Amino acid sequence: MADPIRIRAHAKDGTTEVHVLMPHPMETGFRKDEAGDFIAAHYITDVRIEVGGRLVLAATLSRAVSEDPLLYFRLEGGNPGDTITVSWVDTRGDRRADEAQILAA
Amino acid sequence: MTGHVMTQQGTQRRHALRLLGLALFGTSFCAAAWAEVTTGMDRAFAAASLRKVLDALNATPLPSSELSLVVPERVENGAVVPVEITSRYAGPQDIFIISEANPFPLVARFSIPEGTEPFISTRIKVAKSCDIYAVVKTGDAFYSVSRPTQVSIGGCGG
Repeated sequence: MADPIRIRAHAKDGTTEVHVLMPHPMETGFRKDEAGDFIAAHYITDVRIEVGGRLVLAATLSRAVSEDPLLYFRLEGGNPGDTITVSWVDTRGDRRADEAQILAA
Repeated sequence: MTGHVMTQQGTQRRHALRLLGLALFGTSFCAAAWAEVTTGMDRAFAAASLRKVLDALNATPLPSSELSLVVPERVENGAVVPVEITSRYAGPQDIFIISEANPFPLVARFSIPEGTEPFISTRIKVAKSCDIYAVVKTGDAFYSVSRPTQVSIGGCGG
């Protein structure tokens, strides 16, 4: 099981800034291990981010997103205390979802 | 004796049916997999050149000054290249990041719904020095902006 998603969301002046870090190897399938064998591709393909059940960002990722994908974006509105939920699914069908509260900046 | 033969025939028939079933299952499985690969978005992610990515998206993007793309001019390590895109188009839109020299150039797609700023910042792998593109789809229109980035150590091998 992958480590928890790290979520920081701060509301200020009618805008909420969101930083998300999803611990994941994001293996391309092009790298070789010490024995010279290819390491199987293994990467997050889909990400959904919701605030209070409303979709605020959907992403489709490829193997070319860096290890431990980092997303930073901004949404209009959002109040301190609102719940923000981030979920992902990867090429093995593994899933992870975590949530956090929007904080006052 | 007759009963035995009939049972044998029955067994053979069941065996044949099972094989047929397997064949049909295999065919439908392949068909389903093929259908999945052939949706535009999957083809875009599987495409091996910028041209083929744009074809799969059915896009002929117009260069636009309403988009800004920030990538480092030079980067030591291609495995971690920060990319930031800001669009000045209103309304829901899709933002695509494309790294031209990657084995599969389409890096990511971000769907920006109403109420989210058309802005995204992330980190990508860049195989070698090349142009990075941001392509934005708003309604049926596509717009793009590109910036070159120089990479000392490629981000694919490792």
